[in-house]
Amino acid sequence: MNDILDGLIAAFWLVVTLDADLLDISLRSLHVSLSALLIASVIAIPLGTALAVQRFRFRRFVIAVLNALMGLPPVVVGLIVYILLSRSGPFGVLGLLFTPTAMIIAQVIIITPLIASITHQAMRELWAEYHDLLISLNTTKRQRIMTLIVDGRRALLTAALAGFGRAIGEVGAIMIVGGNIDNATRVLTTAIALETGKGDFALALALGFVLIGLALAVNLAIHWLSGTERRGRW
Amino acid sequence: MKTILALLTLFWATTSAAETLRLAVTTSFENSGLADMLLPAFKADTGITVQLLVVGTGQALRLGQAGDVDAVLVHAKTAEEAFVAAGHATHRREVMYNDFVLIGPATDPANIRSAPSATDAMTRIAQTQAPFVSRGDDSGTHKAELALWPEPPAGDWYLESGSGMGAALNTAAGLNAYILSDRASWLTFGNPGTLALLFEGDPVLHNQYSLLPINPDRHPHVRADLVTTLEAWLTSPSAAALIDGYTLNGAQLFTFNAR
Repeated sequence: MNDILDGLIAAFWLVVTLDADLLDISLRSLHVSLSALLIASVIAIPLGTALAVQRFRFRRFVIAVLNALMGLPPVVVGLIVYILLSRSGPFGVLGLLFTPTAMIIAQVIIITPLIASITHQAMRELWAEYHDLLISLNTTKRQRIMTLIVDGRRALLTAALAGFGRAIGEVGAIMIVGGNIDNATRVLTTAIALETGKGDFALALALGFVLIGLALAVNLAIHWLSGTERRGRW
Repeated sequence: MKTILALLTLFWATTSAAETLRLAVTTSFENSGLADMLLPAFKADTGITVQLLVVGTGQALRLGQAGDVDAVLVHAKTAEEAFVAAGHATHRREVMYNDFVLIGPATDPANIRSAPSATDAMTRIAQTQAPFVSRGDDSGTHKAELALWPEPPAGDWYLESGSGMGAALNTAAGLNAYILSDRASWLTFGNPGTLALLFEGDPVLHNQYSLLPINPDRHPHVRADLVTTLEAWLTSPSAAALIDGYTLNGAQLFTFNAR
């Protein structure tokens, strides 16, 4: 119990004194996870929506695979990305291993199925509602998908935030592909793992509280920027 | 949305160092705090930034073999010599040594405090079947531990944690078990619980660290020039003074012995 109190106090001082290392690590966490979120959203949102609108032969199979991939173990993703990016792997010439780019790649793979799956669930309901209208207006496939994305933006926000939550709290994959290098690829979660290994529970907990605070701040900021949950607007 | 994009571009402001060297090192080197003292001094002297990958010896050698690092600094002589013989590294340069210590519950149920040798201490632990936490991760410390047992350990009391030195020490503290640790990791460990240092000083517990520069013939992209600078610096009198002069709680951790 004392450890938790020590952690809270340590977290307070780290934040109040604007610790340079903490700032650096936190910004890198945000950089990696927000980049991964942006790229994954660009792939997953149209994909999930298309799956709701489009009818094709293996649709059920693709949806089942997508749902299964939501539970993709990050450690396995990390290992596969590591082997692909290693100097002796197929993409070794790019020299990407142990860089933030490698961490972003791993996180995109982890969160894309999650965002696509949640998008698909939400869009399926919306599509049932809009189906007759959009068909009668003789819209193209592209127009239908765009309409659903625009009108379903609140559900998409939830999907994106779920993806962000998984990315920022993830440690297994980025530890392997990033290497937890000080001043280069160390982020909040890998720093927590490191400090726990050193037995410095107070600092580890402090970083944990900062991580939770950061996730909360990003969620609030996105809600505020996108203007949801305000009076008179949906 | 535009605001989000603007914020994102801010995060992309990356700092790219001109001369960067990747070095895979063992947890004991990093945990001791020696790295935090040596690397800034190295940078001040040569302008080269060293990026440390802190892993076990087994993984460090794998990273070197794949060409993902420019050099490795590890402590497992037999594995290192095989590594050089296989042509993965150009040569093996001994830099410094520290030692392993046996940690265990302060009550010492196996009575290893009075053991005449490290092997005898391990025998006593095996005979009393007192819980023992092994690294179990193919690291240098794990290899050293395996070499100390007179016969291969087996049974409920022998626990392979499969984790780094700090995590293994956490496990031992939680279970009140015996464990073999390098001295540096033990001294810097923040959560000792009821554990205490019980046995030390046997010459077989000597722990040699060596630098292995990765073979540029195998991996043309490695920065052999920077590694040569690092090797010259690590074996120089100024590094010797820093390594021998580094103490923790009044105890000298590493002894410089490069030739």
